[in-house]
Amino acid sequence: MAETATKEFLHNLHELPQTVKDSCFRLGKEPESEREESQATFHNLFLHIHSVRVHVRTLKPTLTFGLGLAATASFLITLITGVLLMVYYKPSTDLAYQSIKDIHFTVSTGRFIRNIHRWASQLMVLVVLLHMARVFFTASYKKPREFNWLVGLGLLVITLALSFTGYLLPWDQLAYWAITIGSNIANSPRELTDAIGITKFVDPGGFQKRLLLGANYVGQDALIRFYVLHVFVLPLALVTLLGVHFWRIRKDGGLAKPEDPPGGLAEWGGERRPVFQPLATKTYGLMALVKGKRPPVNRGPENTVMSWPHLFWAELSVFMVTVAVTLILAFYSDAPLKELANAAIPENPAKAPWYFLGLQELVSYSAFMGGMLIPMIVLVGLALIPFLDRRPGGEGTWFGTSHERSVFWQSLFFACAVTVGMLAFTVNYGWLRNWFPNIQQLWIIVINPGSLFVLIFAAWSLFILKRKNSVRLAAVSLFTCFLVGFTLLTYFATVHRGPNWHFYWWPSQWPAH
Amino acid sequence: MSRLDPPRVSRRSFLSLASVGSFFVALGTAAVGMLRLPNPAVLPGPVRRFKLGPPEQFSAGSETPFADQNLVLFRDDEGFYAISSTCTHLGCTVARSKDGFACPCHGSRFNSKGSVVGGPAPRPLPWLEVSRGANGDLIVNADNEVPEGTHYRV
Repeated sequence: MAETATKEFLHNLHELPQTVKDSCFRLGKEPESEREESQATFHNLFLHIHSVRVHVRTLKPTLTFGLGLAATASFLITLITGVLLMVYYKPSTDLAYQSIKDIHFTVSTGRFIRNIHRWASQLMVLVVLLHMARVFFTASYKKPREFNWLVGLGLLVITLALSFTGYLLPWDQLAYWAITIGSNIANSPRELTDAIGITKFVDPGGFQKRLLLGANYVGQDALIRFYVLHVFVLPLALVTLLGVHFWRIRKDGGLAKPEDPPGGLAEWGGERRPVFQPLATKTYGLMALVKGKRPPVNRGPENTVMSWPHLFWAELSVFMVTVAVTLILAFYSDAPLKELANAAIPENPAKAPWYFLGLQELVSYSAFMGGMLIPMIVLVGLALIPFLDRRPGGEGTWFGTSHERSVFWQSLFFACAVTVGMLAFTVNYGWLRNWFPNIQQLWIIVINPGSLFVLIFAAWSLFILKRKNSVRLAAVSLFTCFLVGFTLLTYFATVHRGPNWHFYWWPSQWPAH
Repeated sequence: MSRLDPPRVSRRSFLSLASVGSFFVALGTAAVGMLRLPNPAVLPGPVRRFKLGPPEQFSAGSETPFADQNLVLFRDDEGFYAISSTCTHLGCTVARSKDGFACPCHGSRFNSKGSVVGGPAPRPLPWLEVSRGANGDLIVNADNEVPEGTHYRV
């Protein structure tokens, strides 16, 4: 008896690596049949959010360019590098700047990790914007994906908030003046309440500013608040919404795609792909079924392939490309660190990072209109798109309905002309204050180049609505105008705005000072 | 069924309604309570009364910038006045330009009396209260605005 127990023990000891491995992975081996491939997907916590089969159309790189995944990948990179940076960063006005300098110059790999963090965050903002444009132009927000479009907008806002709170933390000149400007934008409803004389009774601006700064000056209280937002509140909110976003993709039937032609789907790709292997020992469980017009069971051939390994290869390659791009950028280009925060004097010009420069240009017309109302109008407008454009059609196809491409190009040229014209006019002739020095502030809040952009673009979209008799085309024209306005304003403020926010053709013409 | 004979609410539906209702009331109360914490009861901040030195050290017609205090002290024939150099637009510090003040952040421009002549600033640069301390030094109280044109005579 004793001898067999010893033997058994030794045998188990010998088998230990294999048994531990088997216990980790429920399948315990490389999947060999489609049944096992689907088990590999839904028996894995991290993979089971995927459906076990995926339509070949949605694997086509030119449908999505992997943008959503690239955004997720860059977020994961910032998450990991962010935790590493937290090891050394000290959220104190006395120590923050020094700790960033330590990270940059002393900490082993600190500089590289900070660069990666910075580049991944920049990439994330860019990719999230492109992802939104992709979803819009492939009409992928249509029923039943309206809610996920809203979740996506929430993610966009959180992404921008994460970037903003992030560049405040080094407590350099950029940080200090960005907090000053940001909290005063939060305070800017006062422009309106002052103009109509109700600040004493209703003061949402003052409340928002107090909430952000925790004091009546920019100091330690503000830094710790933005730190808490940046390292805890916002990432948690982002991860939560990201979970909902992914879950809804799955529940809404995967990526938006056009209806397959009826009976036999062999036209696409020229191959027939059977859903089920004839020899499968068991049919798929409910895990394989997702929301759609019909369940795929017993439907014969369709254009789907197993997620394992096809989808996972695709996802892994997008992930690796994102990592590679980030690493290359981080290797060749250092994250900036300006001089230590100086409450006496801002840089001249004091420019925000690129993705806020369009906003800075709008704010230079009116703080309240440009900093609060227009972003609010844009967000509400974007949020309404899937609820106003409800006619199905064009899902999962770039410019899928008729005339979309031509409306896109027309709107592109129209918006370019309007934006360039308005900017040229403003630069050459100034605005109301220059012509009527004693004008009421209310007029400038209401009528300024920013609000005129919104009005003209809205009018153009209504014109398209009437002329083309299509809500989708009206939405296309408005969204194109928004993209063009955002891009051109960003470009204009980046290149053509110099000291004192004056116009210059090139930064090389800035006066020396 | 008349108004006087309303449908009977069963005990179960009444209780579930009450529990859902109380949940949302509690949630709302908690949300308001949680917003109260980050809303500071006391606004800490440095004292913004600045001692600028004896009046004799500023000659008539002079203007003296005080960078750390974010203000400029002027003296003309009528007396002293101080203008804040914090832009009324979004709080950047304005710098002296040829004919007044210019803001580096969003391009607001003011004349040398602080009135807005261009850009997005909603209000003129505030004139600050000038007074003298016990030992005769000029004191500017940056928390107290005075109407434009108010001079302090020594």
